[in-house]
Amino acid sequence: MDSVTNILLSSLVFSPLLAIVILAFVPNHQGGAIKQIGIYGTLLPLILSLWMFGHFNYETANLQFMEKHDWISIPIGLAQTGAVFTFDINYELGVDGISMPLILLTAIIGTLAAVASWQVKKRLKEYFILFHILLIGMLGVFAADNLFLFFIFFEMTLVPMYFLIGIWGYGEREHAANKFLLYNGIGSGIMLLAFIVIFIMMRTLNIDQIATILSTPEHPAAGALTPGFRFGLFLALFIAFAIKLPVFPFHTWMLKVHVQAPPSIVMIHSGILLKMGAYGLLRMGIGFFPEQAYQFSTWLAILGIINVLYGAVLAFVQKDLKMVLAYSSISHMGIVLLGFASMNTIGFQGAMFQVVSHGFISALLFFLIGVIWDRTQTSMLDELGGLAKSMPFVSGILLAGAMASLGLPGMSGFISEFFAFLGLFGRMPVLAAVGALGIVLTAVYLLRAILRTTFGPTPDRFTGLADAQPMEVIPMVVLLGCIILIGVYPAVLGNPMQQALKTIVPIVTGIGG
Amino acid sequence: MDVKDIFSYNWSYLLPEFIILGFATVLSLLDLFAGKRLGKQVIGWLSLVGVVLAAVFVFVNVNTLDKPYSYMTDMIRIDNYGNAFKLIFLAGTAFVLLISLSYLKQREVEHTGEYYYLLLTGLLGAMVMASSADLITLFVGLELLSLSSYVLVGLRKKSLHSNESAFKYVVSGGIATAITLFGMSYVYGLTGTTHVYEISTRLAEAGMAGYQFLVYIAFAFLAVGLAFKISAAPNHMWAPDVYQGAPTPVTAFLAVVSKAAGFSLLFRLLMISFFNVTDGTSRFFFDQGSLYLGIMAAASMIIGNTMALRQTNVKRMMAYSGIAQAGYLLVPFVPPTTLFFSEVIFYLFGYLLVSFGAFAVIMVVSREQGTEDLKGFAGLYHRSPIMAIAMSIFLLSLAGIPITAGFFGKFYLFMGALAQENYWLSAVMIITSVISYYYYFGIIRQMYMRPGTSETPMYVPKGIWTFVLVMAVATVFFGAFPGLVTDYVQAHFNPSFDFGNMLPPTFQ
Repeated sequence: MDSVTNILLSSLVFSPLLAIVILAFVPNHQGGAIKQIGIYGTLLPLILSLWMFGHFNYETANLQFMEKHDWISIPIGLAQTGAVFTFDINYELGVDGISMPLILLTAIIGTLAAVASWQVKKRLKEYFILFHILLIGMLGVFAADNLFLFFIFFEMTLVPMYFLIGIWGYGEREHAANKFLLYNGIGSGIMLLAFIVIFIMMRTLNIDQIATILSTPEHPAAGALTPGFRFGLFLALFIAFAIKLPVFPFHTWMLKVHVQAPPSIVMIHSGILLKMGAYGLLRMGIGFFPEQAYQFSTWLAILGIINVLYGAVLAFVQKDLKMVLAYSSISHMGIVLLGFASMNTIGFQGAMFQVVSHGFISALLFFLIGVIWDRTQTSMLDELGGLAKSMPFVSGILLAGAMASLGLPGMSGFISEFFAFLGLFGRMPVLAAVGALGIVLTAVYLLRAILRTTFGPTPDRFTGLADAQPMEVIPMVVLLGCIILIGVYPAVLGNPMQQALKTIVPIVTGIGG
Repeated sequence: MDVKDIFSYNWSYLLPEFIILGFATVLSLLDLFAGKRLGKQVIGWLSLVGVVLAAVFVFVNVNTLDKPYSYMTDMIRIDNYGNAFKLIFLAGTAFVLLISLSYLKQREVEHTGEYYYLLLTGLLGAMVMASSADLITLFVGLELLSLSSYVLVGLRKKSLHSNESAFKYVVSGGIATAITLFGMSYVYGLTGTTHVYEISTRLAEAGMAGYQFLVYIAFAFLAVGLAFKISAAPNHMWAPDVYQGAPTPVTAFLAVVSKAAGFSLLFRLLMISFFNVTDGTSRFFFDQGSLYLGIMAAASMIIGNTMALRQTNVKRMMAYSGIAQAGYLLVPFVPPTTLFFSEVIFYLFGYLLVSFGAFAVIMVVSREQGTEDLKGFAGLYHRSPIMAIAMSIFLLSLAGIPITAGFFGKFYLFMGALAQENYWLSAVMIITSVISYYYYFGIIRQMYMRPGTSETPMYVPKGIWTFVLVMAVATVFFGAFPGLVTDYVQAHFNPSFDFGNMLPPTFQ
């Protein structure tokens, strides 16, 4: 399979380029045209990923739509031996049941965030160009089947995000952008370190091959790795992705970004970028070093509980609706960790469901915050109130989103929390019970925040507010639709994931007995 | 080693050096006799012709030379190692000339004629440094480059800054030279020869015969003295002042050509001389020696990157950034692997593109704004989007963000270090790189996020505009396809990985 040529995945990943090229030729002052191109440009990846999702064969755990080209080959040798090897860095793409849904998630949220960008007022052309570069990076991360490529796409999201936060954000935008850059830079650095060590040991960068080599003890390269060394690599990968996820205590940058970035970018950030951390943790952390992950799983669970409870408690005392949701994201990412900690299929499924489900839910909630901010110029809970009278539709959707987030049955949040805790109860009943407290707290802080916003007396200045406009209704309805679809028909996600997760889990459970 | 008749050598391999020497001589005479009637631009263009011609002959040498050719017992030695560096020097000098041709029109430097042929003599010095294996010629090359640089830095006679920095440069350069010579005197004292390959064997004997301590002293002094030219710690303090005071094209010359020359000398001298020294159990160069260089590397990375955070003058900032880059470039020596040559050449190649691009932008912006302050970049994006985007690419490359030549260069160094299980140095590299994000993005922040003094489009000379654009495209292109460069290096320079034919076959 040396030169598998199937340009489908490449054309999906790089399809936003089309919009970038067109945008480059549109004069700056034609704001309307730029917005339209920006939005229609995201339809191409959406259509392609929908098509691929439809044609995805979920009976098999193998990679699909694979693509492989030779790219860089560098000689490398060591002074002691004098021997020279050529290490090849290939351009390799491929998706399996775990990455395919995430690509679809990216494409959907990408399109809706572009629609939400309707509110952006300044420097439109640059905004949409950067937006599409970001989209390429995100699609690439999930499509990459090669560590080097994964890293490049991962880094590729860093630069546009820096600009998108720093130029179009709120008051303290530059500070938030810097914090984002430095924290994620450290994360990427540690990740690169781990990747290169793996590269040098395994002499390949292909994710699939590495996983195979590492799980066959007879292989000389795998044999050369002592358990301690493996654990070090696992820990390095864990920290790298924990910063992205974000896991307590690496979360502070994420709060800044959630508060300062423009709503459409927070949709992407909370909906997709954080998920790259979860994805990386599953695919590289646990996928490469299941034994070490198994040993570490108690800590995973403890960190998960800290995230769940810490996020929930702090969400309760926040005065800013954005902060409530930012802490709520931290809390919900804890559930992902709990799912991973269970080390069984159900738990993993719960974690991955949570990844997708939280992607939709947080995108919806942050979109709504953007809409409310647009009307009221505030997101402080004290200043808001009684929005239900003037904006019944928005308030209704907000309530529905909150219900999904706190895990109401029939919505995606319920499925993911249910699976994650079900998985964890099987292994660590006590920790699972403690973590489940988070569900109660979630209900408390979310209902408090929503009640403060939508009910109660309406201040005079909020009486004449316009309800949702057509451009705003689309994202709300689509996102809520996705949330309910997963809630009532979880197989839509479960089926593709099943096989891929089964390849990771037997290794893990085989060890655990 | 018998000295052959001077006519029995095939002098054609030295054509590049002769061309540069010839052009420098003829141009200085031309300037003397016809300077008034001749536009100074003509001298600049002629210098460029000389540099290009010399480069052509270096390429010829690269293709025809299959084993090192040495003149007069290695006084001058044409080999792959030297040729690779020479290509970088020549490209660098050509770039300096290109940006100078547009810069010097503004009459900031009075003696433009001198300016051009001093660049050529500096280049000649660098080329001699890269291709000789004798302490005497190495030192002559070093001094030729240094003296030319001292004058070049001070060429803006009426500028107080320029005067000050030239003075500082001469004084600290003199001290560094003295330290280097002091180290060399130890080497000579221990071995009784100035020929580097002979030093190699005799120093090993001296080391075994109980003079180890003196060998270590020689190494320390040489390393410290030569650190000056590459602006690495502990001899880096001159760089910020000199970079700031020198005319911008000269700063770029110092940052790339002079630094690369320093590296070529440092590597050849230290590596060959101390390669065989051993205390019976371990090899000095691979243990203590490279540890010493590793500490220098780490110190340079840390000092360069943290001090750069506080700078408000762009050229000072670039100087600290250059100190940090010198630190990165020392990493492949800790200890040297067979990979080192292509790592260093690729890194220097990427650095060449990026530095010249960045300095060209800095030159245009600082002249237009009348200040070298960081704030001069405010709102550049609105005034000249192409310049701002190109500058962003250069800065991203310096910071090591994909897909740029700088990223791959760092990746390569990093990979080499990890292959040696050099985890502490890799960690320093990672952490300092992330710190560097802060100040590189500081300029980006100014360009895109801060309002400038005006919104009117900025005038950029056509030549500079094209130059910057080409450098930016090349930075991205070679970032995406670094194999083109590494393959060239593999194919033409060190096919057998013997440190670019640098070491005699007896060393293995």
